[in-house]
Amino acid sequence: MHSQKLFISSHAPYWHNMSSITSKSYHIMLAALPAVVMGIYQYGMPALGVVAFSISCAMVWELLMNIVMRRTPSIGDGNAAVIGLLFAMLLPATTPWWVVLVGTFVAVVVGKQIYGGLGCNPLNPSLVAIAILMLSWKGLLDFNQALVNYNFSFDMIYPLSAVKHFGPSSVMNHSVAGLLMAQQSGGIGATFGLGLIVGGLYLIARGYIRWEIPLSFLVGVFVTALLFNISDPEKYAGPVFHLVTGYTLIGAFFLATEDSSSPVNFIPMLIYGAGAGFLTVLVRNIGSFVDGAVFSILIMNIANPLLDKIRPKATGRGV
Amino acid sequence: MIKRPFFGLAKPKLKYSVIEDVEKDVIKEIPLSPKVTLFLKLHDEGDHDLLIKVGDKVKTGQRFTVMEGREDYLISSVTGTIAGISPYTGYLGQNYTAISIDAAQEDEWDDEFRDEGRIPTRETALRFLGSFPGAPDFSSLIDFRNPVNTIVINGIDSDLLISTNQVIVKTGFEDLREGIKDLRKITSTSRIIIVVTPGAMASQVDEIGAQIKVIKPVYPNAFPKIIMKNILGRVPPAGKCCEEMGVGFISAEGIVALAGAFEKGEIPVNKVITVIDKDNKAVNVRVRIGTPVKDILKALDIETRDRDRLVLGGPMNGRTIHSEDVPVMYDTDAIMVQDKSQIICGSDSQCVNCGECVRICPVNIPVNMLIRLLRNGLYEEAAERYDLLSCVECGLCSYVCMARIPVFHYIVLGKHEFGRIMSVEESNA
Repeated sequence: MHSQKLFISSHAPYWHNMSSITSKSYHIMLAALPAVVMGIYQYGMPALGVVAFSISCAMVWELLMNIVMRRTPSIGDGNAAVIGLLFAMLLPATTPWWVVLVGTFVAVVVGKQIYGGLGCNPLNPSLVAIAILMLSWKGLLDFNQALVNYNFSFDMIYPLSAVKHFGPSSVMNHSVAGLLMAQQSGGIGATFGLGLIVGGLYLIARGYIRWEIPLSFLVGVFVTALLFNISDPEKYAGPVFHLVTGYTLIGAFFLATEDSSSPVNFIPMLIYGAGAGFLTVLVRNIGSFVDGAVFSILIMNIANPLLDKIRPKATGRGV
Repeated sequence: MIKRPFFGLAKPKLKYSVIEDVEKDVIKEIPLSPKVTLFLKLHDEGDHDLLIKVGDKVKTGQRFTVMEGREDYLISSVTGTIAGISPYTGYLGQNYTAISIDAAQEDEWDDEFRDEGRIPTRETALRFLGSFPGAPDFSSLIDFRNPVNTIVINGIDSDLLISTNQVIVKTGFEDLREGIKDLRKITSTSRIIIVVTPGAMASQVDEIGAQIKVIKPVYPNAFPKIIMKNILGRVPPAGKCCEEMGVGFISAEGIVALAGAFEKGEIPVNKVITVIDKDNKAVNVRVRIGTPVKDILKALDIETRDRDRLVLGGPMNGRTIHSEDVPVMYDTDAIMVQDKSQIICGSDSQCVNCGECVRICPVNIPVNMLIRLLRNGLYEEAAERYDLLSCVECGLCSYVCMARIPVFHYIVLGKHEFGRIMSVEESNA
C-alpha cells in the first residue's frame, strides 16, 4: 500500500444537477431587475441610493453576524443581497438612510440570522423588516407623504389609500394598463406590474419558484376582491384594481415564494397562496392598514409548518 | 453528468441508456490477472479458525469453506496458490475476509460441481451457487424463511449508464430461456416475470417461458421496490424487503450464468461489468471475478490520477473505493472513473426548504423534514413520523439538492443507526 494514488471518497450520488443557492439568488435578482430599473428610472438617484445602500447594508449585516456567530461567511450565496434588494423594492424612493440601515438590520439579523441563518427563518426576512417599520414609525411607509415632492403625469396619490379613504370613484383616472406600466405611486420596485409579472414568469419557467404559490395568491386576491366588489361596488374597488396595485404582484412572485417560509407540497402551496391573497384583500378592505400584503404573507408564513403536514402518504406506509 | 434543464417547470427525468442494436461481440474480454482477490462476507464479528492457509492450491470453480464451523464458502475463480489472507472493511462497516490468489495462466477446472451438481435442484443451488454473478444475491430466492412465490428477472440495471443486463437480454436469448427453465426447477416458483426496456424483446415473446413486462427506462424504475409497485401493484411495508413479501429478484445475467453452469458443468467465474470512463462513455467487459480494478482500467487504457474518484457501481448508487487494488466482486455491476474536475463537493449548509427533493422522491418521503431530524440524530422519530424506512435509496434527493446537502448519505446513515438502535432494544427486551 505504498506510493498509492489518493482517490476522493464520498457517498453516492456522484452526479449533481449543478443547481446551487447562489445561482438561485442571482436569478431572483435578475428577475427583479426590470421592476427595479423602472423604479430607478422614475424616481431617479434617490431610488438608486436606497437600492444600493439596502443591498450593501444587508450584506454587511450578514457578514457581521457570520463573524459574531463564528460561522463561515455566507454572503457569497447571494441571499443577503436578495433580502436587501426585495426590502428596497418595497420602500418609497425618499426613504432616509437610517431607515434602510435599521430595516436591513431587522431583516437580516432579526428576520434570519438569529434563527440560524438561511433556511431556518420561519418568516420572510424582508417582510419582517417592513412590518416592524410600519408598526414602529407610522409615517415612514406612507407613500403620499414620502413622495410628495414628485410630480408625474399621473395621479400621485397612493391608489390603495385613495380607495380606502375616498372609495373606488377616486381612482377612476387610473387605467389598468397605466397601473401595470408603473403609472402609480408606491415602492421603488413594486409599481411596475408588467416587469414583476415578466420576472415572475421567468422564475417559474426556470423552476426557481413554483407556479402554485403566485397563482393561488392572485386567485385569492381576485376572488376575495370580486366578492367585496359585488357586495358593494360603491365602497370596494374591483378585483383587477387590487391585482395591480400595492404589493400584490411583488408579493405573489417574490415575497410569498420565499423558500424557507413557504410550504413544499402541492395542496399546502395552494392553501398558503390563496390564504395570503384572501387576507390581503381583507386587510385592505376592512382592516386598518392600507395594504394587507405584508401581514397576510407573514400570517401564512406562520401557518406554513402546519399546512405542510398535509402531504401524500409515503409508499409503504401503513400497508 | 446530466445537468438541470434550462426550463424547470416539470420534474426532471433521468433516463437509463437504452441499448438499441448490439453486436454479439460487444462485450470485451479482459485478460486474466496474475493476482485475484476474493471477498468473503462475514456475518458476525467473532474469531474463527481458518481452514485455509497461504500456499494452499485451489482450482478454478473449486468450492472451499474458509472458517471452522461456518457454512459460508467461496468459489475460486482461478487456478493458483493462495497468497494472502487479510481482513477488509467495506461499506457501512461490513467486514470481509479478503483472500488473494496468485493465478496460473492455465485454468484447471475442479470436478466437484460437474460430478455432483449437474442437476438443477435447490440443494445444488445452495451448495454451489452462493456467489453467483449479478446482484442481488441468488441465495435470497431459495431462502426457506421467506418462500418466494414470484421471481422478477431484471433485464435493466438499476443505475444510470450501466447496460450489462440490457446487453445480456439482447445477446443471450437462448441462454435466458434455458436459464429460466433451470430456475423453475430450482425454486418451483410458478410465476416468473422478466422486466425489459421497450423494444428489447419484441420478436420472441412467446418462447421465453416467462411473462414479459416492459418498463419506462426512467430512473429509478428498475429498482426492485419500484418494479414491485409498478408491475405487481403491491408495495412492501416500510422497512421490509421484497423477499419478505414473497417476491424475489435476480438479474438477467444471473439467469444466463445459470444456464451456462448446468449445461457445461462449470460454476460461472466471470462477470460482465460496464466500465464508465471520465467522459461518461460506457463499455461492457467480461472479467474474472476477483480481478483488481487496476488491471481492468489498464486493459482499457483508462488513466487515473490523484484526486480522481473511483466508484464500484453507477453514478447514482455506486460506492467509492480508495484503492485500485480493490477487486471486482460477484455483485459488482460497474466501475466508474470520475475526473477530479467533475467532482462536486457536498456542503454543510442548512436545508433551504425549496422542496425539490420532496417533488422528485419516487416514494413521497417528506425529505425536507426528514433531513432536519437526521441532522440532529433523531433517528427513531425520523423512522416513525417521517418515513425514513420507506426510502428505496435512489439518491435523487442529493442529486437535486441546491444546498448540496448529502441527503442520501444522511438517510443511509440514519437507517443504519436506526437498525442498531432496534437490535439493541431487541436484545434488551
